[in-house]
Parts: sequence; structure tokens; C-alpha cells
Amino acid sequence: MEIGLVELSRLQFALTAMYHFLFVPLTLGLSILVAIMETVYVMTNRPIWRQMTKFWGTLFGINFVLGVATGITMEFQFGMNWSYYSHYVGDVFGAPLAIEGLMAFFLEATFVGLFFFGWDKLSKVQHLVVAWLVAIGSNFSALWILIANGWMQNPVGAEFNPDTMRMEMTSFFEVLFNEVAQAKFVHTVSAGYVTASVFVLGVSALYLLQDRHRDLARRSIAVASAFGLAAALSVVVLGDESGYSASHTQKMKLAAMEGMWETHHAPAPFTAIGFPDKEARETHYAVEIPWVMGLIGTRSLTQEIPGINDLVAESEDRIRDGLIAYDALMTIRDQRDATPQSVRDTFEAHSDNLGYAMLLMPYVDDPREATDEQIAMAADDTVPGVAPLFWAFRIMVALGFSFIAVMAYFFWRASFRQMQFPRWSLYLAVAIIPTPWIAAELGWFVAEFGRQPWTVDGVLPTAMSASHLSIADLLISLAGFVIFYTVLFVIEVRLMVKYIRKGPVQDVEETEAWQARHERRLKSSGVDPDAGVATPAE
Amino acid sequence: MILHELIDYDILRVIWWALLGVLLIGFALTDGFDMGVGALLPFVARTDVERRVAINTVGPVWEGNQVWFILGGGAIFAAWPPLYAVSFSGFYLAMFVILAALIVRPVAFKYRSKREDATWRSRWDWALFAGGAVPALLFGVAVGNVLLGVPFYLTDSLMPMYPGNFAAKFLGLLRPFALLAGVVSLAMLLMHGAAWLSLKAEGDVARRARSIGIVAGLVAAAGYALAGLWLALGIDGFVLGDVAAGGASNPLFSEVTREGSWLSAYADRPWIAIAPAMAFLGIAMAVLGLRSGREVSTLLWSKLGITGIIASVGLTMFPFILPSTLDPTSSLTVWDASSSHQTLFIMLVVTAIFMPLILIYTAWVYKVLWGKVTEADVTENSDTVY
Repeated sequence: MEIGLVELSRLQFALTAMYHFLFVPLTLGLSILVAIMETVYVMTNRPIWRQMTKFWGTLFGINFVLGVATGITMEFQFGMNWSYYSHYVGDVFGAPLAIEGLMAFFLEATFVGLFFFGWDKLSKVQHLVVAWLVAIGSNFSALWILIANGWMQNPVGAEFNPDTMRMEMTSFFEVLFNEVAQAKFVHTVSAGYVTASVFVLGVSALYLLQDRHRDLARRSIAVASAFGLAAALSVVVLGDESGYSASHTQKMKLAAMEGMWETHHAPAPFTAIGFPDKEARETHYAVEIPWVMGLIGTRSLTQEIPGINDLVAESEDRIRDGLIAYDALMTIRDQRDATPQSVRDTFEAHSDNLGYAMLLMPYVDDPREATDEQIAMAADDTVPGVAPLFWAFRIMVALGFSFIAVMAYFFWRASFRQMQFPRWSLYLAVAIIPTPWIAAELGWFVAEFGRQPWTVDGVLPTAMSASHLSIADLLISLAGFVIFYTVLFVIEVRLMVKYIRKGPVQDVEETEAWQARHERRLKSSGVDPDAGVATPAE
Repeated sequence: MILHELIDYDILRVIWWALLGVLLIGFALTDGFDMGVGALLPFVARTDVERRVAINTVGPVWEGNQVWFILGGGAIFAAWPPLYAVSFSGFYLAMFVILAALIVRPVAFKYRSKREDATWRSRWDWALFAGGAVPALLFGVAVGNVLLGVPFYLTDSLMPMYPGNFAAKFLGLLRPFALLAGVVSLAMLLMHGAAWLSLKAEGDVARRARSIGIVAGLVAAAGYALAGLWLALGIDGFVLGDVAAGGASNPLFSEVTREGSWLSAYADRPWIAIAPAMAFLGIAMAVLGLRSGREVSTLLWSKLGITGIIASVGLTMFPFILPSTLDPTSSLTVWDASSSHQTLFIMLVVTAIFMPLILIYTAWVYKVLWGKVTEADVTENSDTVY
């Protein structure tokens, strides 16, 4: 494949987006875990929980700032590198992005400063409220971003306006309550909660292995495993929900993820393992589990899931239909207000397939002059890379299920085995720290690579979306981002390690004050404080 | 939904044009002093403790302030999609430099004092300097270029095109008038940062900030006056032909010619002279305030001056938002570069709900953080502050 402007633009977007998502999941989950810890502190007044809040809060801060910094790129990159996309769908896509700023990002960013600097300036309850506002703000951010992304996957509530040559919003509520967006939102934030839980679990396990900060570590494991178990279950359930909605909104993506070339009579089997071959159009050595795919995809035993070959044939029909819309659009563009109503009616009738006609743009300047062969090639282009999707999806799912197992195990040991963790389990917890990030990145890969060749599914091809920049522009910015982001990443990881090594700051004064109060309380209730007193750490 | 018919399309467009101004001004007034403090850092603070004092005056608030910029981007995307598409891709490499500066800045705030190492800290101090000075300069250069007109055109399908190679395009932005606008922008934010430091810091830091701020204010006022003169004598304006009321947002539907002067707006709408008057008054009072050591009022006057400068650009150009030199017909104006009627309405409702909330809680945060940052604050809380 020749590396052109579009490929470079895609590469840059993929790199910056995936880099951004190294920090986001931890922000989403850790903000809530920290707020939970502070809630326990405010309710029990035990200094250990304040120590935990501050310690995990410090790590949260180091991570948060890079999430914010790399998010700036995301906000402007659409306009910089995807200017036709921005023009074409800004009327719909821009709204959730702007609302994210108004409703969510302002909240988290305004209060995050107070979270770190307000310990001595706020009352306990005020500070707790600030912590929760940061957590809520971060999570609302994710909601609006996923509404925007969900619309790219399933563009509801909008139609093409031939006078302005772009998609315009027809129903804000449909965009808002897009089923794909809702499923993706819960799936994504849950994945963030799992990430943070695995992180807290792993760092705490490290402390237990080193026999340091046992009080902080054991409590942190208790919180993280309970929260992580709920989140890990939610990720899988909502992942299934995403699969279900894909079966009627993004049939091609689903078929490609499954390496399902032919339409199978219902209920379709699930290919657990196999080697998809795009040339031969079959999946070699497939190990199939009967019925499962049909059940996941359609929740019925009778509905069929179309295979890739049938979907390509359907795409070809849609390209031909889209050409009628394209022809009418050219007339409207030239004649403007003088366009006969009949032409406008023709356009309306076929405008749903306009995007398919634009798939021909890489082959021919005027899609109306495309040959049958070119139409067939464009229809073939609607198949994304099957093998990468097939494998990425399976690794993600396997990781997802293993998180449930790990979290369940630690939850059980923490709740019913007096927090006694065998050493092998602690080593395991440390070793799996990177895996939720792998799962999350693969998830985004499946979602975005699986949507190709579209930026907006069925509406706007990726090849049309990019800005008309020069290759030199792209090479400069791409090299800049790679160097710049690598340096920042190295610095970030080293700081994280430094602060994990350093461990929590013991708050001596407050711990002693608490101990004194605690002993007074015990005395007044008639218990001898010397006989097996709970230390503030417990 | 028919609710949006409640407000006329063209009225919504004017409201969103004004809101665009509000966001840019909000950004300049809040994040402006953060950038100003960053750009002043090497000059007003010499020892490590002094630097930490200066940094911590903005430490708890820069993050919220920066959201004005993010929200500005989001609002332009939602309300003015063609502007978002054309400007950010047209200024591609300049935008990349701004992004790099704005990415390094948050990291520098957060990471600078996390290690004792003097080299480490000095590197991040330079990052803070660049993160403040570079965007402050380039935003002004961008505004200067908008006034001069930008070499782009739209195809029949409204695809933005910018002929020419990357180096010529990037260097082409650095035209003398645009550089002057950059100097005005940098100087006014230096003055603003100085006014902030004079309020939030003490001793040498505040004193040095005040003396630099006075010079910066004078440079800003002189540069602004010079730019006005230049516009009057040496730069052509743009004139918009007939537009249909409530017409479709397609820039190609209206005729634009390049003639006359931008300043003829002051003959057509004399009341807009209030903006430059605010600019000069605000700067003059801020400079006097810096000299006599007044604190709160100086910051407010500085805000007034900046508001006047930014508002004057928008009011002078109205209804133009982004004129094209290559093909004036492609120019983006208030009447033909907005979102749809419905989107503008929905976004207005959302803004009407959330903007007051934002202002209220931001004000509360500033109230909590009220008071000077002292050297003792920094040395006693060495582990927790920046």
C-alpha cells in the first residue's frame, strides 16, 4: 500500500488517540476509587484512609495531567487533520464535544486544583465533595465523548442537507440516546474502573511482597477488589450489549470480528479460534462453538447474521443507489435554488446511500463515471482487515474474563479469608498491571479499525475526510508527536515509579491525635485501652 | 423539534458570534494570566523558592482556566464548523506548535517540583516559559492573519484547500502586521500576568512583575495604536454582498469583494468605538495601578483592557469571521458559516444552563484560594505544592 496523506493522517490520529487512552482509563477509575477512600475517611475519621486518599491521589495527579495534556490534541486534531470531516459532520459531532467541555471538563478541571491544594483550606466534607466532583466530572467527560464516538459508529438523528453539503442534526435526543453510545459509555468507563482496580491491586500487592505499608495495602486491596469485581462483570455484560447493537447497526464490523464469510443459517456458531484469510475468503482451522454467535448477536435462535460476502454484495447495491443521489446532488449544487423539485425528491429518496457513492472517490474523480469493475473494488473496500480484528477481539475478551477471575479471587480472600493473600497471587497481581491497558487499546482498535473504510459509518468514507495538507506537514507533526509523547511517557512512568517507591506520607500529628481521641472513647465506654486496642491503622 | 423556531436563525447566529467572543475573552482573561506568569517566570523569579511562589499563584487554577481554550475549540466545532475546519487545518504547523506548548505546560506545572534536581527544575521552568510565551505570541499572530485575510478557498463540495508548500504556508503567517498583532497579544498577557503576580505574590517577585508589567502595558497600547493606524492606511477590508435572511450556511452562496478598509465599520456603527476606548482606558489604568501598587483594581483594569482589544477585532470585522484572500467568495461570515438552526438553538440552551454554573463554582474556587502565596507557604508545604 502506498503511504499517502490519508494513511499518515490515520496513523497520527491512531497514535495520539491511543496514547491519550493510556491515561484516560486510570483517570476514570482512580478518581472514583480515591473518592471512595475519602468517603470512608470522612465517615470513620481514621487517618489511614486520609493517607490512602492522599497517596493514591498523588498517583492520580501524575496520571491525570497527561490525560489532560494529550486530550488537548484530540480536541483540535479533527479540525487540523480531518477538515472535511469537521465540515461534513460538525453540526452533529461538534455538539457533544462542546457539551463535554461545558458540563464535564470544566467541572473536573476546576476542582482538581482544589483537590490537591485545598486540604487546609476546606472542611472535610467540602473536600470530599470536591473529590466527588472531580470523579463525576471525569466520568461525564467520558459520556459525552462516547456519545460523539457512538454517533460515528451509528449515525442516528441526522440527515444530509444538499444546500450546505453536510450532515445536519434532526434529533438531538436520538444522538443523545443512541444505543451504541450508551452501551459504549458503560463498557468504556467500566474498563477504566477495571484498569484502576488492577493498578491499585498490583501496587498494593507489591507493598505486601516487600512487607511495606501493610495497612494501606490491605485496605486498598479490599476496596479495589470489590470495585474491580463489579466493574469487570459490567465490562463483559456491556461488551455483550455492544455486540448485540453491532448486529443491527454495524453488521460488517461484527462479521469481520467473527471472520464470518458466509451467512450461516440461524443460530450461527461462534468461532473461538481460527485463521481468517482475506484472499481466500475463508477462516482456516476454525474451532466453532455452535449457536453462541447467534445468541450473542441476535438474542434469538431464528434470526440470521449476514456474512461478509453477502454484505459486500449489499454494499455494491448501495453504491449503485448512492450514485443516483450523487447525480441529483451535483444538479442541486450547480443549479441551487433553480433546481427542479423532482431532482430534490430523487435526492431525498436515495440520500441514505450517498456515502456509498463516495467510496468511489479514490478510484475516479467523478463517481458517476465509475466502471463496474471500480464499483466492485469499492464494494470490496467495505471489508475491514478481518484477521487483525478477529484476533484483537479475542485477546480483549480473554483478558476481560481473566479480570473477573482475578478480582473475584482477591475479593474472596479479602472478605472471607482475613486478607491473607498467598505470595503467588501477589506476584500475579503485580505482573498483570499492564494488561488492562492492553485490553482497552485493543477495544478501541476493534471499534475504530472495525469501522473502516468509514469515519462515520455508511455516511463519510475515511479517504474523503482528511485535510488537504502536504505530506511534509504530516511528517513534521507526526515526528513531533512521536518524539514529544515518548519523552513525556518516559518521564511520567519514572515519576510514577518514584512515588510508588516513596510510598505514602505518614501523617504523624493527625494519627496521634486520632489515637488519643480513640483511647478516650474506649475509656468512656468502659473498655481497657491496653487490651487489644485497634490501632488507627486497622 | 420545532422549539428552535422560537429564536430566529440570524439572531441565533449573532448570539453565537457574541458567545464566540465571550469564550475567547474568557480564555484570555483567565488562562491569559497563567500564560503571562509563565512568560514572566525567568524574569520575575530568580531563586527556586521565588519561582515556586510565582508558579503556585496559578498552581490551583491553571487547569480550570485552560478549559476555556478547550471549550473554545469545542464551541467553534459545534457552532461554526466551517471555521473549525478551515482555520485549524489552514494554520496547521502553527497550531501544532501551539499544541506542543500547551501540552508541555500542564506537565511542567505538575512535574517541576516533584524532584529536587536543579537541572530538572530549570528545564521545566523553560517549558513553562515557552508554554506561556509561545501561545501568547502565536494567538496574536493568528488574529493578525485573520485581519489580513487567509489564503484558502473552498471547492464546490466545500472542501477547504490551501495551495502552496508547508514552509511557505508556515512562514507566510509571519507577515509584519501579523507579527505586530503577536507582539500586542504577548505584551497584553505579560501585563495581565504582572497584574496577577502583583495581587498574589509579595516582595521581590511582585515588585519585578510590576516593573515589567508597566513596560508591557505601554508596549501593548503603542502596538495596538500602531495596528489601528496600519489598518487605516495599509490594509484592505472586505465587503459582503447581499445575503438571504436566514439563508443556508454555505459560504459560496454570498459574494464578497475586497475593497475599502476594515475601519469603515466605525463610520457605519460608531458605537463600536467603545471597544478601543475600553482597551486604551483599561491599559492606562492598569499601568497606573502597577506603578502605585494597587492590586485588585489593577487586575480588573487589565481585564477591561484585554476585553476591549479582543472585542474591537470582532466588532471591526463583523460580519466577517475568516476572510479569504485567495477567493474572497469563500470567506466565512456570521451569516453563512454557522451550524444549523437547530444545533445553534440546542447549544444555546445547554450553554444557558451550564455557563452560569461554571461561573458560580469558578468564583467559589477563587474565593477559597483568595490571599497571597508566600515563601513560607511554599517551604512549609514543600511536598504538596508545585
